[in-house]
Amino acid sequence: MTNNQYFDLLMWARTTGFDIALTIMVGGILLRVIEIVVLGRKKDFAKAKGSPVTQGIKTIFSRSVPRKGTMKEAPVTYIGGYIFHIGFFVAFLFLGAHIALIKDLIGLSWPDFNKAVIETAVALAIVAAAALAYTRFTDPVRRRLTGWSDWFVLIVSVLPLITGYIAVNKVFGVDGTLWMAIHILSAELLMVSFPFTKLMHAVTFAMARYYNGSIQGRKGAES
Amino acid sequence: MTATLERGLNALREQIDAPVASFFTSCVSCGICAEACLFYKETGDPEYTPIHKLELMRRMWSNEYTLLGRAKSLLGLGKKITDDDLTRWETLVYDSCTMCGRCTMVCPVGNDITMMIRKMREGMSASGHGPKELVGAAERHTDGTSPMGDLTQALLKRVEQASKVTGIEIEVDKPNVDYMLMLSSHEIASGEEMIASVAKIMKKAGHSWTISTEGFEATNVGIQLGNRDVAANLVSRIVDAAIKLKVKTVISPECGHAFQAIRWEGPNLIGKEYPFEVKHIIEVLDQFRAEGKLTTNGKNGDRLTFHDPCQVNRRGGINKEPRRLMNMVAENFIETEDAGTMNWCCSGGGGVGANQRANDLQAKAFNIKKRQIEAVAPDAIVTMCAFCHSTLEDQLEANEMDDIEVLSLTEMMAEYLDD
Repeated sequence: MTNNQYFDLLMWARTTGFDIALTIMVGGILLRVIEIVVLGRKKDFAKAKGSPVTQGIKTIFSRSVPRKGTMKEAPVTYIGGYIFHIGFFVAFLFLGAHIALIKDLIGLSWPDFNKAVIETAVALAIVAAAALAYTRFTDPVRRRLTGWSDWFVLIVSVLPLITGYIAVNKVFGVDGTLWMAIHILSAELLMVSFPFTKLMHAVTFAMARYYNGSIQGRKGAES
Repeated sequence: MTATLERGLNALREQIDAPVASFFTSCVSCGICAEACLFYKETGDPEYTPIHKLELMRRMWSNEYTLLGRAKSLLGLGKKITDDDLTRWETLVYDSCTMCGRCTMVCPVGNDITMMIRKMREGMSASGHGPKELVGAAERHTDGTSPMGDLTQALLKRVEQASKVTGIEIEVDKPNVDYMLMLSSHEIASGEEMIASVAKIMKKAGHSWTISTEGFEATNVGIQLGNRDVAANLVSRIVDAAIKLKVKTVISPECGHAFQAIRWEGPNLIGKEYPFEVKHIIEVLDQFRAEGKLTTNGKNGDRLTFHDPCQVNRRGGINKEPRRLMNMVAENFIETEDAGTMNWCCSGGGGVGANQRANDLQAKAFNIKKRQIEAVAPDAIVTMCAFCHSTLEDQLEANEMDDIEVLSLTEMMAEYLDD
């Protein structure tokens, strides 16, 4: 046998496994969003001073930048947070193999980044995640807030980065089959847990920011 | 489960809506809200992390309004909210939060934590966990005309005094006027200056105005306690009075939560739009300024700074108006650090100042404001909220800084009116 015993596992992860994960992720996200939206929101009878809708939409974007002076209050959380998110999305969206997968799924594609850029992004994201984990241990506020679900989310977010690096660079031997399978399975774990954990923030942050902006916007207050 | 616990949980359940669900779904426990909180900043105690103060509400949402939580509850796994939990959280929800709204401004995912504290207080008070001073004030105001009891006679006396001092006739309960002025009980208790100032300004601007003896008290303890029924009752007194007198605009006085109550929550508490406008006194003065009806002569030469009341600026949208007015009457106007939208609370808002149990904690929390005041070393602090006003006076005195005066912006504008 030229190939190995892990080939079937890899094939399952790439086909059936992926389909199951994608279905759970997309279906789960839809359910979770519906479950929020159906709770509704009472009509606001107070005469608006500002423009709730415009400011709500604006806040979806503007809240990506820390308010003046707040960065220095929690530098590890802010900087670590930025680097982790950017690193993760660079690796996810600009690796050639990922672009091919996305093209396969939705028909859209774009140019890829070279390996050095991707690997730098991955390395930085992993370091950032470690820094964020460190503050969850050491900082009293973060330690107070952190529960098992926060650790779970942190771990499942970092696993695809680590396993992807190992698989692409064949860290543990020339045959990368097993590690490629593990990489894909780790991504599928991320996908499956997405709707049921705080990973949902990647979708609902836009709703939360919109609501915040529209509440403040109605009053003509900043947000 | 006791009846009061059940009532509390039902009241809390009623508060969970799409924004709340989106907020809890989005929270990643980053802890940045703590950095914006005066109680955390001045004590370093992680218990005071704003989102942690909402843990019970989050638990209810998770157990009853999420897919996984409902599945867990079916299996009897979700952690229930007990009366002991409510007792433990009472001090977090009432003593260590002035609902100042800074956390809402910094949350990276955009959670309106302050709004959720307001909602959580509905559950706390319904389950019998409201601070006794707020409950007492709610009872006195419901039975009388203000949280201090019946202030009608005191009001009439102040009106008479103001009339005498200014030589301007002030007619209460006068129908078909442009403006109906509300007052906070602090303003009535402390003297006739506010009424006299408004009388002078209205005369100068050429507008008719009145005070209703049936709805003059602007403060609304229902908002601070978290009791919609009390709050709605107090709001409807003003609405009824304004409709009866057919006024065009109701003026919310220099009081932060009163403005929040009558301007932003009021229409929702009574479930309909008002047939009149509501404006904060400083909005009215700024409008007069823009229309050229408010002209002044001379300026105060002292070193003056301005304190932004959270409910008026950050949560009320009035930021530039007082500064335009300050510049008309202040020669040496100097802003503190973070002035404006991100100003730090006076430490007494949201019912904290009335809650004796919170006194020591409040005194600690004031230190951030104290340092900012010390840094600009003003002769006086000008503000536009009667409660911030008296809190600042009390805390400055406790810190032996009472050589710094506290002034009302409305009264200051009246003082410099040109004749």
